[in-house]
This record gives sequence, C-alpha cells and structure tokens, in this order.
Amino acid sequence: MARPEVEQAILDAEELAAVRQVSTWRTLLESLLHNVPAMLSVVFLLILVAVAILAPYVAPHNPLQGFVQGLTSQGAPVPPGKTFLLGTDENGRDILSRMIYGARVSLTIGIVANGIAIVIGVMVGMVAGYFGGWIDTLLMRVTDVVMAFPILLLAIALIAVTGPSITNIILVIALIYWVNMARVVHGMVLSLKEREFVTATRTLGVGPWRILFRHILPHLSSAIIVYGSLGVATTVLLEASLSYIGIGVPVPMPSWGNMIAEGQATYQVAPWLLIYPGIALVLTVLAFNLIGDWLRDALDPMQEGK
Amino acid sequence: MSEPLVSVRNLKKYFPVRGGLFSTVRAHVHAIDDISFDVYAGETFGLVGESGCGKTTTGRVMLRLDEATSGDVLFEGKSIFRLGREELRRQRRDMQIIFQDPYSSLNPRMTVGEIVGEPLTVHHIASGKAKDEQVRDLLETVGLSAYHIKRYPHEFSGGQRQRIGIARALALHPKLIICDEPVSALDVSIQSQVLNLLNDLQDKFGLTYVFIAHGLNVVKHMSTRIGVMYLGKLVEVSDSAELFQRPQHPYTEALLSAIPVPDPNLNRERIVLQGDVPSPVNPPAGCRFHTRCMYAQEVCRQEEPPLIDLGDGHQVACHFRKSFDQQLLARTI
Repeated sequence: MARPEVEQAILDAEELAAVRQVSTWRTLLESLLHNVPAMLSVVFLLILVAVAILAPYVAPHNPLQGFVQGLTSQGAPVPPGKTFLLGTDENGRDILSRMIYGARVSLTIGIVANGIAIVIGVMVGMVAGYFGGWIDTLLMRVTDVVMAFPILLLAIALIAVTGPSITNIILVIALIYWVNMARVVHGMVLSLKEREFVTATRTLGVGPWRILFRHILPHLSSAIIVYGSLGVATTVLLEASLSYIGIGVPVPMPSWGNMIAEGQATYQVAPWLLIYPGIALVLTVLAFNLIGDWLRDALDPMQEGK
Repeated sequence: MSEPLVSVRNLKKYFPVRGGLFSTVRAHVHAIDDISFDVYAGETFGLVGESGCGKTTTGRVMLRLDEATSGDVLFEGKSIFRLGREELRRQRRDMQIIFQDPYSSLNPRMTVGEIVGEPLTVHHIASGKAKDEQVRDLLETVGLSAYHIKRYPHEFSGGQRQRIGIARALALHPKLIICDEPVSALDVSIQSQVLNLLNDLQDKFGLTYVFIAHGLNVVKHMSTRIGVMYLGKLVEVSDSAELFQRPQHPYTEALLSAIPVPDPNLNRERIVLQGDVPSPVNPPAGCRFHTRCMYAQEVCRQEEPPLIDLGDGHQVACHFRKSFDQQLLARTI
C-alpha cells in the first residue's frame, strides 16, 4: 500500500463516489414523472397489453360470431348501445370485442416483427461496422438496396409471393425494417471501435466477438431502446396498412387495419365501424412515439455524462 | 546489454490521405519514416518529441494495433508482423500498453473487477474466485484497495483510473509495457505518484518500458536511454545521462532548454524554435529539421543526414554535430 496521503485521497474520493451513486432505473423513473405525455403513454400501453393478453376474459362477446340482435330489422349495423358498447359491424359482430382481439394481432405483429428487425439490424450493423472491409461494403450496400425500395410496394410484392398469414406478415415486416436499425448501429460502431477502451481490450488479446458483445453492445443499448420503441409504432402502422389493402391479416380474424378497411364501405351510415379502430390505432402509434421521444431524451445525457 | 528485447527495424507508417469524388489516395502522412532502435530487457527507453512527430504511432505499430507500411518489429527475435491472428493474440500477453487518457481507456460500463479481470478470463488464466483473488492482488499492487473491485471507473479520480489501467496492463505479467504519455493527462501533484509507481513495478516485476512523452523532463525521471523524434524520424538516440550532458542534435538542445528550472535567479538562454512543425504530408527535403534549425546550411536542405553512431551507442542524425558541439561548448563556457 502506498503513502498515507494517497490513502487519504482514495478515502475522500470514495466518500464522494458514494454520494454521487444514483441508479439508472431511478433516474429514468424520475424523468418519467416529469413527462406527463410519456407517463400517460406508458399507462395506456400497459392497459392495452393487459387487455390484449386477457382478451378472452375481457371481451364481452365472441369476436367472430355474428349476432342476430347485432343487426337491425333492415340488416344494418347496430349503433353503440347497451349490449354492444361500440356497436356492431355489417355482419352483426361486436366491434369492441373485435377491437380487443385485434389489439392482440396488431401488438403481436408490431412487437415480434420489430424484435426480429432489431436483432437482424443490430447484428448486421455491428459486424459491418466493426470488421469493415468487404464485409462492410457488402452488408451496407444490401441495406441501401432494401432502403431504396418503396416500403409498401416491397411488402405487397413479398406477401403476394408468400401468401398472407400472420407469420408471413411478421417476417416480411422484419425483413423490411431491419435496415433502419442496421444504419444507426453501423454508424455508432464506427465511432465506438475507435474509442480507446476498445483498443485497450484489443491489446489484451480479446477476440472480436467478445469485444462486440461485451464492450460495444452495452453502449448501443440506449439507441436500440429508443429506435426500437419508435419502430413498434411504424410496424403497427405498416401492419394496418397491409391489412387495409387486404393483404394483411386474413379475414375473419380481426386486426385494426382490416376493421378499418371493412368499415370504409358503410362509414356514411355507420361511422363507428371506422372511428373506434381508427382511434385505437392512432393512440397506440402516438403512445409508442411519445415513449420513444422520452427515452431518447432520458437516456442520451446519461450515456455521455459518465 | 546483450540481445535486445525488442528491435524496431526500418519501420515506416504512412497514412493515406483520401479525397475527391472517388476518394482516391491523394497523398500520405509520413507518420513514421524509417526508424530503427533497440530496446533492451529491463531498461526504460524514452521516446520524446512534439505532438504529431509519430511517437504514439510508433507505440501502436510496435503492438500491431496499427499495421506498419514497411519495416519490422522483432520481439525476442521473432517478427510480430508475421504472426497469425491466434499467435498474435497469445503474443499480446507479453506486450501491453498504458494509455494517455485514463478517462477514455476504461469502459465506463464495466466494473473495475471486470476490466482488470478480463485478460485473465480470455487467456484462461483464472476464473471465478481465483480470478477475483488475483484482481484484488493486482489492485493492491498498484496502490488501490481490494474493495474497489465492484466500483465503476467514473467513481475514481484521474490518478486512480490510471492505476486501474496499470493494473489491467500488469494482469498478464507482460515483459514489455508501452507507456503512452501515461501522466500527461494527470495533475502535476499526481504525476510523480504514478511515475514512482511505474518505477516500483519495474523493479518488482523486471518490466521493460517504452516510455513515450512530449517533454524531456518526464522522461529524464524515468529513462535509461532516450530516443528523440522529429517529424517521423529519430534524430538522436543516447544514454539518458549522456543526452542531458552532451546533446548532439540542435532539436534535442532546444527541447532541453525548454525544461523549466525552478530557480528564478538562474539566467538561462532559452532556445525558442521559430515557426511551426512542417506538415508530415509533405516533409521538407534534406534534413527535416532544417526549416527551424539555427545552424542550418545549404547541405541540410539538400541531403538527409543519416543516424550515425558516435560510439557508446550515442547516435545522432545531423550534418554539423561536431561544429555545433563546439559552438555549444563555447556558449556553456
């Protein structure tokens, strides 16, 4: 052990460090309490997820069943009322129940497709950025090509080939959206790999994969969280668009997109067919965007402040 | 002094400068331009020069963190440039580096235990409890405490962080440590502590240092031999004491005169170099120092002086070292 003055200095520094130590989660929670839109979004999404998971218990009716009392004597949809809270569609099915089950479909596709897109994008971005050379050129040119396609057109073409099913929709969306994440991660890895602590680990004889996953990936986490939450909004929207043009979730399975598409035919006499799923879609997308914005603000300074 | 531990042979490192529409190579930065020197086991070889003279690049190329343009680096007689990826990984156990900036050289998201323990894990030296035990020992060796193991780098001061960096470099029991300006980012009060620590560790573990610094004052404290670099060239290599008593190159003389002397009454002649360091993209022809040298003659603009051994391992690259020597002598008397 060194000289007494060194010891004293070390002790002083420790006291200081103990005072300064604040957990990341706590800082994050505090910033959420100061951000009302983000907090409301979190609450809204938690409720939505709970409702989607508990759909069989929460939904008042069977979403696929056409009810006799769900149609007027002329055979028109019933407006919102006591039995059918948000009204029925032209087949006499309960809109609210269909929306609840539709939330399941829309959220599953949004989250799973986005999850796959993140995994692909992060892997491609990290490998291209870290190894450089021809791997970089190859992977990033592929990314450019995918990016250059009009998203909807590419999705339509791919689904036309594979046929519409939930699995296919998830895969197609993932195959389109990984490029955004790859781009972001690629850029970050390019600068991170020049940081001195990465050079230091290289000097120690640490292999490239360990460097990527143990040293570089943790520094990407906040970017992944931010772009991931913004990405869910986009994927939910793309799913709705695909279902709306009729190549998304196959009918009669409800999704917000195909409900809006079906409601379109009768919106002049029965606007509730269109309005309620529309509101659900808008609110969900808005909530994911607001949370993404909040996370971006909340995580950025913490990353660099240390 | 028998066989050198490390031999640097005609080392060159040019960085391409790209530009234009197709990012073609427009020119080269001559970061290191044909330098050779030996480092012997157990000594401290100081490498000094202004910023941009290529001293840091030399250190990085010696560890193959950057690939050299040409030349060779022999470690215990074996070329490290010819090692395969796996061989190089194993070779890294013997050669380590301590970085200038203790803030950027430690991963802010890993604990001290993870940082110092990682080399032990990847080289399968120790794991689990044995690893923690070794890490604690290392921390105490560098003057930290065993319980710092769970702390994060941001909880430490600059000097303490540099100690963590030293502990990490020591973990593999290397033979050679390249110290890349290890104290220039630290407070003056902390500098001497870290330098003393490095000296103690050298005695304890029989380490060999290549000590890179931008001023001679720090190197004087540490080195057995010193190499002075100017614009990618070695201009003088000598025994430390010899260099301070009888500098042979005008650039070394200027560096020596820049060392502050803590005596206000001493009236000393300071050599202030005129002008800036020329661009390493387009280094001057002839002697690279001629644009700023007060003794420069026509021959200096034409011919590049070779590094000549004056005997006793004192090497210098200057056309006029003898006459210049007399002038210096005249002035000191």
